Amino acid sequence: MTIQTAPQREEHPRGAVAVEVTGATRVFQGSAGTVTALDGVDLTVGAGEFVSLIGPSGCGKSTLLRLIADLDRPTAGTIEVFGRTAEQARLAHDYGIAFQQAGLLPWRTVRANIELPLAMHGTGRAARRERADHLIELVGLTEFADHYPDQLSGGMQQRVAIARAVAEEPSLLLMDEPFGALDEMTRERLQGELVRICAETRAAVVFVTHSIPEAVFLSDRVVVMSARPGQIREVVDIDLTRAARSDEGLREDAAYFAAVTRVREALHHGSPTPAQGVELR
Amino acid sequence: MTAARTATARALPPVLLLVVLLATWQTVVVVGQIPAFLLPSPSAIGSELVALWPTISSAILVTGGNSLLGLLLGALIGVVVAVVAGLLPSADRMLQPFVAGLAVVPIVALAPVLYTMYGAASEVARVIVAAIAAFVPVFVTTTRGLRQVRPVHRDLMRAYGATPRQATVTVTVPTALPFVFTGLRLASSLAVISAIVAEYFGGPRTGIGSFITTAAAGSNYARAWAFVVGGILVGLAFYGVTLAAEHLVRRRSGPRAG
Ligand SMILES: Nc1ncnc2c1ncn2[C@@H]1O[C@H](COP(=O)(O)OP(=O)(O)OP(=O)(O)O)[C@@H](O)[C@H]1O
Ligand SMILES: [Mg+2]
Repeated sequence: MTIQTAPQREEHPRGAVAVEVTGATRVFQGSAGTVTALDGVDLTVGAGEFVSLIGPSGCGKSTLLRLIADLDRPTAGTIEVFGRTAEQARLAHDYGIAFQQAGLLPWRTVRANIELPLAMHGTGRAARRERADHLIELVGLTEFADHYPDQLSGGMQQRVAIARAVAEEPSLLLMDEPFGALDEMTRERLQGELVRICAETRAAVVFVTHSIPEAVFLSDRVVVMSARPGQIREVVDIDLTRAARSDEGLREDAAYFAAVTRVREALHHGSPTPAQGVELR
Repeated sequence: MTAARTATARALPPVLLLVVLLATWQTVVVVGQIPAFLLPSPSAIGSELVALWPTISSAILVTGGNSLLGLLLGALIGVVVAVVAGLLPSADRMLQPFVAGLAVVPIVALAPVLYTMYGAASEVARVIVAAIAAFVPVFVTTTRGLRQVRPVHRDLMRAYGATPRQATVTVTVPTALPFVFTGLRLASSLAVISAIVAEYFGGPRTGIGSFITTAAAGSNYARAWAFVVGGILVGLAFYGVTLAAEHLVRRRSGPRAG
């Protein structure tokens, strides 16, 4: 298998780099002592690039995502999003976010939930409604637009959360195991939908997952992390084109299986002390 | 079965029970020749109720008015103080023991003091007693409600760069609202009871409580009971309205609000 350099992309309107994490360290001070959730993590995500974070539980995937989203601050190191600080990017609504829990507002309908970020950021009523209708159709919930979250299944709620995350067509999508709680069939269908949405909006994505096939299917690069302290062990380039990805046949493709094997090896048989400072891209 | 018929079917057993109880009561009083100061018969109470309805209904309005004013005042202060306590942890630490103390003080015991402060001809003392009684449960439930905002919703608001005001309107208030209404339901009964009992300690002879004491002192036992029925009507009305409001609010806020 050929080792590819960064996948070829056309010029992106937001510049070349979506996320630039440099030496990010996060130490939690607890009553039971200190936990080094992240230790000197460097990561660059290109504009329009799909990057998955994978690794054992507690290796700091969510922590890294929360730092990028400026929901938490690093103990050391810097985080830049589209060339500004994470806080500036958050306040400029640069990213859309989906959590492991759908996190819908139970007193709002599906449509009102999807409209929420638009409403909070001053989009007009008519434009809001048009955008929400489009997204509801995209995630296949047209008949449920006026339902409340507690009338939907978990998978349907998660689809609403994804529609909400992409409502403002963000240039960056942050997703923390958005499909974690779903059955395999729903999961594969939503993966397909996500690929389609990303192709449509050309967003960069940082995607946390526990599933190797999911990471390979979706990503341009898979970042394999190790725990205690949370570090990047290896970055695996996945040389599958997006066009191939929108084709369901990909899942049976030989290149796909080869990539799955490479990620699995990085995850399970990675050398205990990987060479520090390797060029990750 | 239609909804109306279901409701009738559900209301029937308690109504039947009430009828049976009243009939038994009437029979016991008549057959046992129980003196009126021990227990007047339901029919005697009923005829007093009819004969004195103009007085009773105006007393209901006075006591109901005091209770309503006290309830609204106490609830308003309860919500405002809970919101302030939610915003300022130091205020919260100061308030919690104070409110715990207030909850065990028999508030109507304040009534005689308040009558001398505000004059025996004024209803103010009764409103204040009802307000203090209503304040406690509303403050307690609102404080709890404000703490129920889920971390994922807090993260969401931060991710959207929401102003404190936006976050309050979008997430905090809808989360806390069912709790506020539960407090309101609990407070409504307390406000009515406190307003009635406050009348036992003096003040103008206008409300249900005043008439109960006067009738009892004059050995008009059936009449005293007729006013008690008036008091029950006030209590039921307050409870019914606040219960309905709570149901309306809770229906869309989901089962989380337990
Ligand atoms: N708020 C916090 N306070 C204290 N420790 C924390 C906090 N958040 C995370 N940690 C610790 O940091 C480490 C990394 O947590 P994190 O949630 O990032 O892991 P993760 O890779 O997302 O795990 P999972 O796959 O189980 O979601 C864990 O050891 C966790 O206990
Ligand atoms: Mg996590």
